[in-house]
Parts: sequence; structure tokens; C-alpha cells
Amino acid sequence: MGTLPEPVEALLDAALVAELTVVDGHGRPVTYPLIPLYDGERIYMTSSTLFSRKLEHIKANPKVAVSITDPIAVGGRTDRATIQGDARVIEDDPHGGWERILPIWEKKEPAIVAFLKARVALPLFFERALIEVTPRRILHWSDGDAATTPVVTEAGRAAA
Amino acid sequence: MTTTASPAADDRRTPALDALDGLVRLTGYPHHVLSFVDGDGYPVNVAVVARIEPNARIATFDAPAGLPVPSDRPVSLTGSHIRPQPGYGYDERRHVTVWGSIAADPADGRLTLTADRAWGWDEAEVPFFEYSERSLGQSRRYFDALSAERGTPIRPKLSFGWLALRTTRLPFLSATIVPVILGIVIAASEGSFDLLSAVLTIIGAACVQLGLNVANDYFDTVQGADDLNVTPTQFSGGSRVIQYGLVSRRRVGMIAAGFYIAAAVVGLILLALRPSAALLVIGIVGIVVSLAYTAPPLKLVYRGLGEIAVAVGFGPLMLLGAYVVQTGGTVTTQALVASLPIALLVALILYVNEIPDRRGDARAGKRTLPVRFSKITVITGYRVTVAAAYAIVVVGVATGLLPLTALLALLTIPLALQVSRGLDPNYDNPYGLMAIMGVNIKVHLYAGLLLIGAYLAVLAISALAPTVDLFVG
Repeated sequence: MGTLPEPVEALLDAALVAELTVVDGHGRPVTYPLIPLYDGERIYMTSSTLFSRKLEHIKANPKVAVSITDPIAVGGRTDRATIQGDARVIEDDPHGGWERILPIWEKKEPAIVAFLKARVALPLFFERALIEVTPRRILHWSDGDAATTPVVTEAGRAAA
Repeated sequence: MTTTASPAADDRRTPALDALDGLVRLTGYPHHVLSFVDGDGYPVNVAVVARIEPNARIATFDAPAGLPVPSDRPVSLTGSHIRPQPGYGYDERRHVTVWGSIAADPADGRLTLTADRAWGWDEAEVPFFEYSERSLGQSRRYFDALSAERGTPIRPKLSFGWLALRTTRLPFLSATIVPVILGIVIAASEGSFDLLSAVLTIIGAACVQLGLNVANDYFDTVQGADDLNVTPTQFSGGSRVIQYGLVSRRRVGMIAAGFYIAAAVVGLILLALRPSAALLVIGIVGIVVSLAYTAPPLKLVYRGLGEIAVAVGFGPLMLLGAYVVQTGGTVTTQALVASLPIALLVALILYVNEIPDRRGDARAGKRTLPVRFSKITVITGYRVTVAAAYAIVVVGVATGLLPLTALLALLTIPLALQVSRGLDPNYDNPYGLMAIMGVNIKVHLYAGLLLIGAYLAVLAISALAPTVDLFVG
């Protein structure tokens, strides 16, 4: 059992796309579509060094939100969720360090392994950092409708 | 004379957009993600369906229940169509975010976002590979910051094998192998063959080309052409190892020098083994043309002379050099004629590969033929030149300068037609042109191999049936 409410874990496991929102230096939210990878405790996302501005924002302000809003990305499920949390950039080895989450990534995007084998074609795309999000607060809309007040859960309590 | 470079197309930038453009794009998404920063400083995302009025610069939507949206700080709406295709990835990737300030309607509580800026990407407008190339500066900043943080240089990496392959552009070595082996086989068909000098010739010639490939990256970087090119492909735009931070410019220069020194040493050994004034001249001219291709002061490719330099270097010079090493004699008309179709076809490899590079080349002052001439002129130039290559084969056979079996080279005409037909629809699409560039390389390779086969047939028949003559007349 994980740290998140069961329906939210199910959403995260199903989601092929999520939105990561970070806060930039001007206090503006900046949203990036990324693949969410959940290991039962934390949410991981990866970022190529080519598109690494989000990493700069996270290092300056680790408060982030991860939302799952696109029903097409979750196989037609209609519920929606937003997980607020604290992010950490893991960049000990941009060349290969991120590959530890490759097994979870491969489950969602099997083609990634073939792309990685051809990394010579686009080397910088595979120089990557990991974004590790520790959930703090979870908002869940069971009917997916923002007109309904979301169920709010503090992380960990759902699993307690 | 007209230029085909299009400033309008070059000025495309991602992801900067103005607010109006952002709102127009936002109308194309079925739902929107409202994002704001809550009182605890955490972002909040909630899906809403906004009514977008681009001309009024606003978007309106119902306030989300239980989530007070602040009116004193920036708020955004994001539309995303990163459409997952289970099993292989994502397609039709596009997303847009519009920022603005929020005001609530006191009557019904409906919220209005007044847009002031936007940001986004649509791969239909800027293909992913181009987007990546345009983002190289961000990657450089990332590694510079990480290096400063760690107090030691951190750089992108590739395994040695892949890096060597990429840096030297080894697969292009067919441009050397074909004429050199053809020269050796022609000499053999005339009764002259020495294995050691043949192997040394191949090694020396390969070193010249690898030196050229690497030096080309060095000088194109020094002169800005490779940095300005945001649409490189696997066949064009250089190896990119300097731009990607995989190898320093200084090291690339040293590698190029190393190949040229190796080529010179092999050339001296060959001269010692097979003394020949013709070989000395061909060797010196070959290295000079190779260096002058991109290096100042001549910079032949920057002056629209690159195609001629490549034709001469990878046609007559390579073939005749290999030929005279074997024969120890002088250049013959027969060998010279055999080199001409190869010369034209190899020049056409460069010519077609320059098409996707033309905008970056134009900005760097590299006046290649596709930079200088209009699309129709460039395509016509291809057709005339490739037809000339085949015509030389036919005339060469008809005049007895080439063996009858050389007509086998005409089997590549369907491939050439494929290239000819593919140029027009893909002229402005570098990534669509990639397949055409690949076929164009095959035209040279296969035609060259068939000519080699033609002379091997001469060799075989002269051994098996000496009375049969494969030359007309």
C-alpha cells in the first residue's frame, strides 16, 4: 500500500501524461506535460537537459503540483487528481543516473528502450535529471468536475 | 539569381508567443488546466473548461469549488495535447500556457483571466528535432551550472564507439572507398595489382576523408555555420559533437590534424614503395583541396565551390591516385572517364545534403549552390547533373573507354528518379528530405559498386575467356 489514496495511485499508474507545475522566479506557475512514474511512495518525472528550465525553478523553489486531468491519458477514467508536494532534482549522473526508473518508464512507454539504444542520434535528449516529488497534499475529484469540492487528503494518512 | 533562404521561416521561435496567439491556440483544447499558487506557496492545478475570447484577450470559467483563486498574483491556463499512443510514445505533441490576472464577477462568481503573455510548442510548426536544436543553449547552461556547483567539469557523454562514429562521420567513408577501389580494380584489369600498396592506399585515402570530415566541423564551428543550423539531419549539418558539448573544439581540431598527419605519412610510405610523380602531385593536391574545403583563406564551400571540390577530390583525385599507385605509371583517359560519373554522383550527395542546411548556411555566409539559387534551379541542377553522370557511362561504353559491363551502373537510374521526384515535395522539410538524402547516397554507392563489378567482370573474363573483349571497338 502506498502513501496516496487508492484511486489516486490507480490514476498515477494509469496516466501516460500528467502536468507538473512549478513556480518560477516571478511567482508564476509554469506547467509542463510529463510522464508521471510512481513507485508506491514518490512520483518521479525526468527532464532532458535540453528542456531543463523547470529544474532551475525547482532548485529555487521545490514546491510543485502534479495533476492528472486528461481522460485520454488514463484510459477513459473520469476522475481527476492534483498532488501537491516537494520536489528534489536528482542529477548525480545526467548520463545514466536516471535510468534507475527506466523499468517503470518502460511499462508506460515501451518504445523508450529502443530510443535509448539509439541515443547516438540525439545524445542530449538522454542526458537527463530525475525529478522526485514527495507528496504532501492530495486533491481528488471523483467525478472529475471542478464544480465539486475535491476530497483533500494529507499524504500518508490514506495509507495509515 | 535568387536566394531561397526565408527569414520568415527562420524567425520561428519556440516557445515565445504573444497573449493573443496563446489564447487562439488555447481554443483548440477540450479542457484547460488552471494553475495558481496557493496561500502555502504550493501550485494548485485544477481542470476547467474556459470560454476563450482571443480578441478581448480574456478567458472566462466557473470558479473551482472549494479552491479560492487569488486575484493578486499571476494565474495560468494550460492546454495540452501530448497524445499518448500506448506502446510507442506520443504524437501530435502540442501545448500552450497563457498567463494573466484574475477578476471575479461579483454577480455569479465566474472568473475572468486577462491574458498578458503566453508560451507553448506545437511540433507541427517546430518539429521535435528542431525544437531540440533550438534548446542547445539551455543544455549548455545546465551543464555549466552543474559544473560550477560541483567544482569540476560535467559534460554530456557518449560511449567511445558511438562518439568515434559520430565525430568522424564514419559511414560517409563510402565516398572514399568507392573511387579508390574502383581505381585499384581498373589497374588490376590492366594487369597491375599490389596488395600492400592497395591496402595502404585505402588507409591513406580514408585518413584524408576523415580529416576533412572532422576539420569541416572545426572550421564550420569557428565560422558559425554549425551553430546557426537548427535543422541538422543524420546526413547534414555536421556531426554536432562540438555543439552538443561531447567533444571540445580544440580536441576536434587535434583529431583532424591527426588524420591529416596519418594521411601524409601513409602517402610518403606509398611514394617510397611506388615512386611516381603523378602520385606526388595527386597526393598534395588532394590534401590541399581537402583542407581548403572549409578552412580559411580559400573556404571553397563558402564560395559555392564545395561541390566542384568534392567532385574533383572524391572522383578523379581518389580514383586516379589509387590507379597510379598500382600502375606506377601515368593517368590514362580510360581511368579519368571512369572517375567522372563517380565525381558527379558524389558531388550530388553534398548538393542535396546542403538543401536542408541552406538557411543556417545563408546566415553564416556560406554561399553554397542551394543558398545561391532558387528551388527550381537547384532541382533542375540535380536532374541535369545526374543525367550527365549516366550519359558519361553510355558515351564511355560507346567509345570503348569503358567496358560494356559498365552499363550495369544504369541499374541505379530508378533510385536517381526517386531522388529527383522527392526533392520538390520535401524541399522545405528537412526531416522529410532525410529519406531522399539516404537514397541519394545509395545512388553513388550502388553505381560505384556496379562499376567496380564491371571491371571485376573484365578481370574474370580476361582470365577465363581471353578472346572475349568487353570494350567496344
